[in-house]
Amino acid sequence: MEEIKKNPLSMQVSMEDFMPASGEDKESLVIMRESVGFWKDGIRRFRKNKIAMSAFFLVLLIMIFCFIVPAFYPYKYEQQMKGSERLAPMQYSKVEKAEMEKGEKIFPHLLGTDQNGRDYMIRVLVGGRVSMTVGLVASVLILMIGSVFGAIAGYFGGIIDMIMMRIVDIIYTVPDVLIIILLAQTLKFPLEKLSMLPAFTWMQKLGSNMISMFIVFALLYWVGMARIVRSQIMILKQSEYVTAARALGAGPGRIIFKHLIVNCIGTLIVTTTLQIPSSIFTESFLSFLGLGVQAPMPSLGSLASAALNGFQTYPEKLFAPAFLIFIIILSFNLLGDGLRDAFDPKLKQQ
Amino acid sequence: MAEEFLVNIQEERLSFFTPAGEVKALNNVSIQMKEGEVLGIVGESGSGKSVTAYSIMGLTAQNGKIVGGTVDFNGHAIQNMTEKELRKIRGNEVSIIFQDPMTSLNPVWTIGNQIAEAVSLHTDKKGKAARDRAKELLELVGINEPEKRLKQYPHELSGGMRQRVMIAIALACEPKLLIADEPTTALDVTIQAQILELMQELRKKLGMGIIMITHDLGVVASMCDYIAVMYAGEIVEYGTTDDIFYNPKHEYTKGLLRSIPKFHEKDYSRLVPIDGQPVDLLNPPKGCGFAPRCASCMKICLEVKPEKNYYGGVHYARCLLQQKEDFLKNSGKGEV
Amino acid sequence: MPKYILKRAIMSLITAFLVATMTFFVMNMVPGGPFLAEKAVTPQAQAAMEAKYGLDKPLIKQYTTYMTGLLHGDFGLSIKKRGRTVAQIIAVKFPVSARIGGMALVLAVLTGVPLGAVAAFNRGKFLDNLIIVLSTAGIAIPSFLSSTLLVYVFTTKLHLLPSLGLKDARSYVMPVIALALYPSFYMARLMRSSMLDVMGQDYMRTARAKGVTTFKSIFKHALRNAILPVITYLGPLLASLMTGSFIVEKIFNIPGLGSEFVSCITSRDYPMIMGTTIFLAVFVIVMNLFVDIAYAFVDPRIKLK
Repeated sequence: MEEIKKNPLSMQVSMEDFMPASGEDKESLVIMRESVGFWKDGIRRFRKNKIAMSAFFLVLLIMIFCFIVPAFYPYKYEQQMKGSERLAPMQYSKVEKAEMEKGEKIFPHLLGTDQNGRDYMIRVLVGGRVSMTVGLVASVLILMIGSVFGAIAGYFGGIIDMIMMRIVDIIYTVPDVLIIILLAQTLKFPLEKLSMLPAFTWMQKLGSNMISMFIVFALLYWVGMARIVRSQIMILKQSEYVTAARALGAGPGRIIFKHLIVNCIGTLIVTTTLQIPSSIFTESFLSFLGLGVQAPMPSLGSLASAALNGFQTYPEKLFAPAFLIFIIILSFNLLGDGLRDAFDPKLKQQ
Repeated sequence: MAEEFLVNIQEERLSFFTPAGEVKALNNVSIQMKEGEVLGIVGESGSGKSVTAYSIMGLTAQNGKIVGGTVDFNGHAIQNMTEKELRKIRGNEVSIIFQDPMTSLNPVWTIGNQIAEAVSLHTDKKGKAARDRAKELLELVGINEPEKRLKQYPHELSGGMRQRVMIAIALACEPKLLIADEPTTALDVTIQAQILELMQELRKKLGMGIIMITHDLGVVASMCDYIAVMYAGEIVEYGTTDDIFYNPKHEYTKGLLRSIPKFHEKDYSRLVPIDGQPVDLLNPPKGCGFAPRCASCMKICLEVKPEKNYYGGVHYARCLLQQKEDFLKNSGKGEV
Repeated sequence: MPKYILKRAIMSLITAFLVATMTFFVMNMVPGGPFLAEKAVTPQAQAAMEAKYGLDKPLIKQYTTYMTGLLHGDFGLSIKKRGRTVAQIIAVKFPVSARIGGMALVLAVLTGVPLGAVAAFNRGKFLDNLIIVLSTAGIAIPSFLSSTLLVYVFTTKLHLLPSLGLKDARSYVMPVIALALYPSFYMARLMRSSMLDVMGQDYMRTARAKGVTTFKSIFKHALRNAILPVITYLGPLLASLMTGSFIVEKIFNIPGLGSEFVSCITSRDYPMIMGTTIFLAVFVIVMNLFVDIAYAFVDPRIKLK
């Protein structure tokens, strides 16, 4: 009796139940998890991350405001309006008021004007553009130098690796800010000379300071990237597909670029994104000290520096650029953190 | 009744509560074990073998909770104990050795420090006395020059040595039960044999019970009195070592046995792998967990969870094939 | 251990030498000497001046002279501040920067490390989220903003603290806080992720299995491992704090080495630039060396590497 109670089924089973189950029957039991690729999986994870998505849209918004809006803005950043000096936000000068009485529409000075009668809003936006450009270009340069250097050191290993990494160590210990200031100052002159040559006139447009800043950042900050890429490559080069590629006669160049760098693209994206805010930070810092971008071109740092003296009377002149730097850096940091969580779980420490 | 068992787990159900949902890691697992016995728990990764053993010392991850049944160890009702109470029995009445001796020792403290810590936590031996005991323990687990080793850091020792140190830590307070979670998996084959030999020797010397968790049937064959085969959070077959090796009833156990290389046999029968993937414990199937991978799977297996079927003594399996035989016997006699 | 220290020391020496050499040649690439800025200088007078500072000799000769001087601790004469040696100026300015920087470092470590550890232990809870938000926002604030805000609140509005110079103990408060803000938040983030990493390690499970108390497992087993990345960060941090923050010194009008360096670059005081760069570089390198040695004491694995 006990036995039957334990197996209530034994009462109702029929021969049919003991027939072998077919393959399809078995399949139906196993709920297959959808297998997703690296990108799809990463993007899905990224989309779920609300903070990272907000940061992403914030970065887009800032880019639109800094790169596109100035082209349509009614004022130019270097345009000096007589009689409109030192206006408070939303204030109009006498000339403008007179014109408005005539019925003309005057675009308001959202953040007022500076001591030279230039609209401050457009200066902040263009300043943001300069800072973003420096951050983006410097990061791309760092990416290129760092990943190639790191990949070569990691792939070849041995004595090549040792020498290359000693170079990295040395650059790493060099006091970066000092060298940046020094190099930025010294590079200015040769670059100015170079920009006089017909083939390099485009350089005048950017300003020699900005170019020297690119070079300096690229020269000093690639070492961090190189270290990360090297350690990734050292792991990846042990993979079977690299051995397979080598067996098929692929040269080191092909293996490095076609197989290895492609496979640490997640790390590269994350590291580059996190590099952008730190480059912007350094740029604003240099400009604040008057060693960065040249006037009349504004940069967020130089705007803040100029606003420091009149800070008690015009606090908004300092807060506007400072706040923009804050937002840019914050959103890039959050974006980078989100990308790391989504695409590079290895980098993420839990 | 329960007192005579060192470990008495009855119908334990344990779940991990993850963001993706409740993972039912253990379903109605029952284990009984007397003092000084050696129990082997065999199964693949994720079958719940480690979770079962860890729950005896309340060592499951934060999100793991016993949701049903009782876990009784040495007279303690583990499922009702607080972390503070559990701390008193961990390392004292029950100890554990982990799979990877490389990462299981704290890299920044010396071997001596880490063994002495275990000693002084549960005994009156502090400072110098704890250190002397540590030295004794190192000798016990067969490490030469113990005085010198005490001052060394984990990275200065080989894998086998480190596992011996782990055993020394586990034995610090002469526990009643030693849980060995795949103690040899991360080691070289020659070292594996040495460690197993050491464990057997120590059991004879100290008389403690051992729960040996492994996916390697070869390891349990030589050491264990009883074997529990686990699959998808259930014990699918349980019996003495002889029952399991010479009279396996569950298709999964048979599969496991077929996948052991047998060098001494003349016919060199082929190694047979078990095809397919383990089930997803987030969405456990209605029927037998092993059904999708089972070569003898029947239609009923997909619908009905098999109950225990006893084969004499403690030997039981959860497989419906026995019911088929019973059914055929009964229907042949009764109706035709 | 001695071998390791020796190896690091030799590396440091090479780095210092390379920095000195690089600084020398980079600076000499700049067209226009330090005397161009002064208007009423006749060519003869200029030649005389250049002769006095040795600028008329070939570059290699200048280099060897300078390097020999350096080896004897001679940084040369300042061009702009007549009659004072570079070494004298550094001796006056550096202690000012170092004092503020040292205080800021202590403040940053004492706030950042506990904040990060506390966040890690309350993972996912309110306190953790609060610390994450604070520190993420904190590392996005440029120091000129935080400095100005401090001045605005404590001097302009509350009249509590002096905003300029270093007259008394109270005047240290704001510069030190301004300097410590970023590293403190940065360390909190670093500490949090490192702590979480350590808490997931097998040896923490071993500690739990031994029956170690939560308190002891944190302080004995987790902290020492988790602090390692923070120590690595301390090297560059120490250097950047002690050598004077250019911005904070400018805003609070502190006569430190940072502001001195910026002003000597703009006035192209060659020996001053050379002197400060090399001095600071060597200081940074020595600090990194100390941090490396400290690291080796905390992490016994380093000896084998």
